[in-house]
Amino acid sequence: MSSVSKKRPAQARTRLDRLETLLTTAPVHVVVIAIALLWTLPTAGLLISSFRQPDALLTSGWWSVFVPPFDPAQFHLGNYMNVLTRQGMGQAFLNSLIITIPATVMPIAIATFAAYALAWMQFPGRQLLFVVIVGLLVVPLQMTLIPVLRAYNSLGLSGTFLGVWLAHTGYGMPLGIYLLRNYIGTLPRDLIEAAAVDGASHLKIFTRIVVPLSTPAIASFAVFQFLWVWNDLLVALVYLGGNQNVAPVTLVLRNLVGDRGQDWHLLTAGAFISMVVPLVVFLGLQRYFVRGLLAGSVKG
Amino acid sequence: MQDTANLIRLLTAIAAIVLGSGGIIALFYGANWLVNGLPYGLRSRVLPWVYMTPALAVLAAFLILPTIRTLIISFMDRRSEAFVGLDNYIFAVTNSAMLIAFRNNLLWLVLVTSISVSLGLVIAVLVDRVPYEPLAKALIFLPMAISFVGASVIWRFVYAYQPPGFEQIGLLNAIVVALGFEPVGWLVNRTVNNFALIVIMIWLQTGFAMVLLSSAVKGIPQDVIEAARIDGANEFQIFWRITIPMINSTIVVVSTTIIVLVLKVFDIVFVMTGGNLDTDVIASRMIKEMFNFRNFGRGSAIAVILLLAVIPVMVANIRRFQQQEVNR
Repeated sequence: MSSVSKKRPAQARTRLDRLETLLTTAPVHVVVIAIALLWTLPTAGLLISSFRQPDALLTSGWWSVFVPPFDPAQFHLGNYMNVLTRQGMGQAFLNSLIITIPATVMPIAIATFAAYALAWMQFPGRQLLFVVIVGLLVVPLQMTLIPVLRAYNSLGLSGTFLGVWLAHTGYGMPLGIYLLRNYIGTLPRDLIEAAAVDGASHLKIFTRIVVPLSTPAIASFAVFQFLWVWNDLLVALVYLGGNQNVAPVTLVLRNLVGDRGQDWHLLTAGAFISMVVPLVVFLGLQRYFVRGLLAGSVKG
Repeated sequence: MQDTANLIRLLTAIAAIVLGSGGIIALFYGANWLVNGLPYGLRSRVLPWVYMTPALAVLAAFLILPTIRTLIISFMDRRSEAFVGLDNYIFAVTNSAMLIAFRNNLLWLVLVTSISVSLGLVIAVLVDRVPYEPLAKALIFLPMAISFVGASVIWRFVYAYQPPGFEQIGLLNAIVVALGFEPVGWLVNRTVNNFALIVIMIWLQTGFAMVLLSSAVKGIPQDVIEAARIDGANEFQIFWRITIPMINSTIVVVSTTIIVLVLKVFDIVFVMTGGNLDTDVIASRMIKEMFNFRNFGRGSAIAVILLLAVIPVMVANIRRFQQQEVNR
């Protein structure tokens, strides 16, 4: 009996509480949803527009596709076909892959070896070297453009994939070593010493123990470097120059803005082609990306 | 014919990728094999340098030596043939176009940093209380994956302008016209064009600030907040007196990261306006001096100014790192 009489007011209170929480959290929902929508709208507009007919694009806003009657025939893939074949975006997409994959693998390999040496090998100047690398994290790329370009011109490296690979490897190195050294340095000492006592060489310890255990950190750096290289305009612009045969998507898209600034059917489709790979990588590996951000948001 | 050409392209691409990626790994194995031939004592002294040398070589070739070289070139004439003393620096701080670039960069720094950090913080705190947090966060964070060039095209479309009387295809002008005003040329009107560009950067960076601040907010012990609630603190007091002081160090890290990024902003200006109509920033002036005017002396001096501006951040990073090492 007493338990029932206790229960009733308690139930009433929770209902009231629920109403109260709903009222107090309503503004929170409104603000969060509004910002999320606001942040998505520009990209959504671009995506919808890229499937519309060229002349429809120029005479009505993309939001008009939501006005009934809804007609699926107004969408087509022609813009994508045009920009891929006739505007050079197809070749550029291939070039971006050729640039980005080695420019991601090379710094990973070099930085992981260096990070292992800095964390687990004894040699003079180890601490000083790492301090220098931390300092290099924020050096602006602009400081290096003119001398490197001059050297490239005299070595015949400007306008070549090799030149861009090496440049991105150099520019990504401080962040790579910083992230990986901090991670590899926290691996259990016992594990590595036990392996050394068992007679494992450094290369064996590195390939059998350190690399497998460091996969999360390596993945973080890989996602970073991949996005950074794929999305880069400055390095490609300076070191690839006007060579259209090797230009990545960012450069071709930029030229498209310059030459055909009002041809929205080409610009929207081209922009989306340039964005699709990073978006997939980002959505698939967001976990690693965030972890990398948390570990070292200091890159210059 | 077209097909064979494409096939050859594709095969070249694959060959380039395999060669570029595999070459570097082969290099390490080869070097290790060579070192294994040495006697033990020597080997353990040489091996660290085998692992370090490729990294040191690219760091020296692409960062350290060019930085020193740029410092020297900045005191020389346009073709680096004769020393001109401080002329390039005097130009950089007195030329009217440069002064506009400085003003704009300052505007970028203040607005992008303050707005994206505070907005990111507000979102981080609010998003913690909704059940659809991952989705909301992903949508706001997504622009981080988009290149500056891609973002520029997205926003050029938002800012698109048609003369009055025509149907507006840009979202912003459509809203302006629907509210009964004349459409605005967002990128050509000198009073608004800089702000139009700054908005793009805020759109890109707020997600970054939000993600870092959100993880800091989640790290605040729940009992501290509970204790404050029991003591009668309201949500605003908790935000100002507990949340902000407790995540202060993250706010500093996020702000400095954004400052360093904004200082070197180039792509957005280059793609959107080419720096015309008073929208130049320091980094876009540098590229202009270098490419359009072929004046390597002035271009280098402008780059040195960028470097000087990040030196405080560099010192702070090194201090923070040394602190970490002590605490290890």
